[in-house]
Amino acid sequence: MAKKYVAGATSDIAEGGSKLVTLAGRDIGIYNVAGSFYAFADRCPHAGGSLCEGFITGIAVSGGPNDYRLERKGEFLRCPWHGWEFDIRTGQSWCDPNSMRARKFSVKVEAGADLAKGPYVAETFEVKVEGEYLVIEL
Amino acid sequence: MKLPFKGAIDCDVHLAMPPVKTLLPFMSDYWQDQIVTRFIDRSSFALMSYPTHSPLSGRPDWRAQSGGAMPGATLEQLRSQLLDPFGHELAICHALHGSIALYNEDMGAEFCSAVNRWVAQEWLDHEPRLRASILVHAQNPTLAVAEIERCAGDSRFVAVLLPVMGDSPLGRRIYWPIFEAAQKHGLSICVHAGSTFRNPPTGTGWTSYQSEDYIGQSVAFQNLIISLLAEGVFQKYPDLTFVCLESGFTWMPTLLWRSAKAWRGVRAEVPWIDRSPAGIVRERIKLSLRPFDAPEDPAIINRIFEQINCEDMLVFSTDYPHWQFEGDNALPDGVPRELIRKILVDNPLASFPRLQTNSHVRAHVTQEAAS
Repeated sequence: MAKKYVAGATSDIAEGGSKLVTLAGRDIGIYNVAGSFYAFADRCPHAGGSLCEGFITGIAVSGGPNDYRLERKGEFLRCPWHGWEFDIRTGQSWCDPNSMRARKFSVKVEAGADLAKGPYVAETFEVKVEGEYLVIEL
Repeated sequence: MKLPFKGAIDCDVHLAMPPVKTLLPFMSDYWQDQIVTRFIDRSSFALMSYPTHSPLSGRPDWRAQSGGAMPGATLEQLRSQLLDPFGHELAICHALHGSIALYNEDMGAEFCSAVNRWVAQEWLDHEPRLRASILVHAQNPTLAVAEIERCAGDSRFVAVLLPVMGDSPLGRRIYWPIFEAAQKHGLSICVHAGSTFRNPPTGTGWTSYQSEDYIGQSVAFQNLIISLLAEGVFQKYPDLTFVCLESGFTWMPTLLWRSAKAWRGVRAEVPWIDRSPAGIVRERIKLSLRPFDAPEDPAIINRIFEQINCEDMLVFSTDYPHWQFEGDNALPDGVPRELIRKILVDNPLASFPRLQTNSHVRAHVTQEAAS
């Protein structure tokens, strides 16, 4: 049976930022892209690098030589080990989207008042009634 | 093994380079005067990558039939040693003249033009089975383009010839006018082994022995493919085919694997490469059959062919008169039977658009192959 884990307060992660949490022994990176939250196992599917330690950036695209454009700024992760790029909204790698993707977890934003009814697991901090929290089910 | 049917298209045939005095009538008065009065006509203009007396440069039995001289010097030799016994439908001949290494680009361009006129008048005009590449002096792409434009009206010229080792990696933008002109006229780019020795023939410096230079050619072809990929030439010129001549090809699997791996990590540096490089290379690069650098064991050859996935990439070449095989065994033993027709006919036609437009060729080849 899945358990609800409170990974932190929404205010912990600014837009364009990320936070690495450990829930039930798993390292999970949570990302705030323009106010929406996404979570992935912090383990690059290619060779196991920590995605949370990589750059959050855009995707370089081109119509041909000497045409350089950075699009979708803040929507891609670049693994610090080998440079693989992942779409934060889907977890799919840019180069091999169908077979290489970061393991995704769904993140919900829940009000502290609702969470207080339980049950939930908050391993490292206290949930306050007036706050908004990031909840991941594992 | 022998060719199983007549009608092959040989994509790499060499004409022995004539003495300079043979080329003089094809030059302007000014250059004839310069070349004679400066004794430049005493030079052989043999490209140092192919020393005339090297065993590799001329197969011994063909050389013996030529009285010890370089074979491929006369049309009679070419007919009796290659075109007739092997039953070629077409042979694309290449003139690897040493003038491509001259630093004086005006003199180099004049020589190249003279060679092309000589090829047209002394060879193409007399033998309908011959096609040729256009020799250009790539140090000055403007002059090279002028020569391409001059020759383009002659449909017997089917490609532009460049050495694999010139002033700079061939993908660089300085060479793009050459690619532009070639694509416009439906000419392919033939890149042949050989160096103008502007740079050491290895990335680590100068070699001591000719054998080092020859073996190292395959590394230069890998550099070529990497350069064309990285510079975006394949995207910029989507209709241009590159044919690697005397390149070998059994090195290809590791190049494809490494290119694909690197692309996943550093793709953002060259964002015009919008899919795995292996697929791009398979579509745009053709590889000549000789030299064949593998044991002629069908199991091994099949494995290599599978790894490269090269059924559309290989084009037939004898590399005449270079010494790449014995007797009439123009095909390496062990080449998969089902690929032979592709290698001998279909792939060469697909590699040179100017051959496709000649419907007579296609019809005739099909007839030969079926019989």
